[in-house]
Amino acid sequence: MNINATLIAQAIMFGLFVWFCMRFVWPPITAALAARQKQIADGLASGERGRHELELAAKRSSEVLHEAKQRAAEIVAQAEKRGIAVIEEAKEQAKVEGNRIITGARAEIEQEVSRAKEQLRENVAKLAVAGAEQILRREVDAKAHADILASLKGGL
Amino acid sequence: MSSEAISSTEYIKHHLQNLTYGRLHDGTLGFAHTPEEAKEMGFWALNVDSFLVALVLGALFLFVFARVARSATTGVPSGLQNFVEWILEFIDTSVRGSFSARNPLVAPIALTLFAWIFLMNLMDLLPIDFIPLIAQAMGVHYFKVVPTTDPNVTFGMSIVVFGLILYYSLKVKGAGGFFAELAFQPLPKAAMPFNLVLEGVNLIAKPVSLALRLFGNMYAGEMIFILIALMGATWASASIGSAVMFGSQILLSLGWGIFHILIITLQAFIFMTLTVVYLDMAHQEHH
Repeated sequence: MNINATLIAQAIMFGLFVWFCMRFVWPPITAALAARQKQIADGLASGERGRHELELAAKRSSEVLHEAKQRAAEIVAQAEKRGIAVIEEAKEQAKVEGNRIITGARAEIEQEVSRAKEQLRENVAKLAVAGAEQILRREVDAKAHADILASLKGGL
Repeated sequence: MSSEAISSTEYIKHHLQNLTYGRLHDGTLGFAHTPEEAKEMGFWALNVDSFLVALVLGALFLFVFARVARSATTGVPSGLQNFVEWILEFIDTSVRGSFSARNPLVAPIALTLFAWIFLMNLMDLLPIDFIPLIAQAMGVHYFKVVPTTDPNVTFGMSIVVFGLILYYSLKVKGAGGFFAELAFQPLPKAAMPFNLVLEGVNLIAKPVSLALRLFGNMYAGEMIFILIALMGATWASASIGSAVMFGSQILLSLGWGIFHILIITLQAFIFMTLTVVYLDMAHQEHH
């Protein structure tokens, strides 16, 4: 328990240890600690950012989906409208066509009727002439009365 | 007990004697063989046991920490790195808590003090006769294994701390400011001599109390270990009484040892914290 030179030795040793600690121990470890702290903070921040981006993307995708649905509904409605229009148009066209056909048929019928009348007229005249010829064969020359017959035919 | 033949007084004395190397009575250099011889060596002698144990423990601490520092990764730390970082962060937090100025020297001082004193105190938990018996078998008379029970060791550290207190007081406050702090408070300037005595004692008390607190605690703890160890001395006679004594020695050293774990950590922590606080006071411009 005597105070002796151990005191000085201890003081020098302490000084050297502190110097060594300050030079080789403290700075690298605290640097590593600080770097890790920064890494963790960065990681957390980027995680937070990713989460935020995911949220945004989800929101955007739902928006896009919603818009697409709306568009599809619009298109369907438009198509239905167009379909109805097409049907209406076709009906209209069919009616017009039908009328045209009816008109044509009527004209043909009329024509047919007038032709039949003509034929009938001719046949009636022939029949009358043949009758008259039969009657007149005995009395009249057919050739002499041809012009009378012709004017008769015209007057029918 | 190191030997059956010696008395309790001799046993205690033997355990409290450092292995001192210096100039012997006849003028040659060598180890002191008795406490009286060690005393006669005067100041220029070296307590080889304190010195060697302190050196080995300090080197061990720095070796382990420097190895971790060299391979320190910012990724997932290994077990040892984790442990070292845990201690470092603990020191860093307490230094930040009590040291307000900026000085890159303070935290390494705190770490060195804490780890080194803790390891030196830890030697107290080694069985009390273990190292001395080995030393004796190797022909060494004395071996006090706990360096902090040697006042030379505690004063050696506190004197360095005192030097740093003076250095930073002068550097931060200037000679005038430091003198003013010592002379013009706590009483008005008129009472300067009184103030000087008061603050001077206050200043000197810092390193003295720092060293004596650590020394006193460890010395007393060591003393109690020695006294407990003495109980087993009666084991020589095989009787019920001696068996009870032997059993209580085991129980008591276990109990005191467990309690001592707290003391050695606490003393290392107190030495470190007070050093940081004193250095912080040295950096404060005014009170």
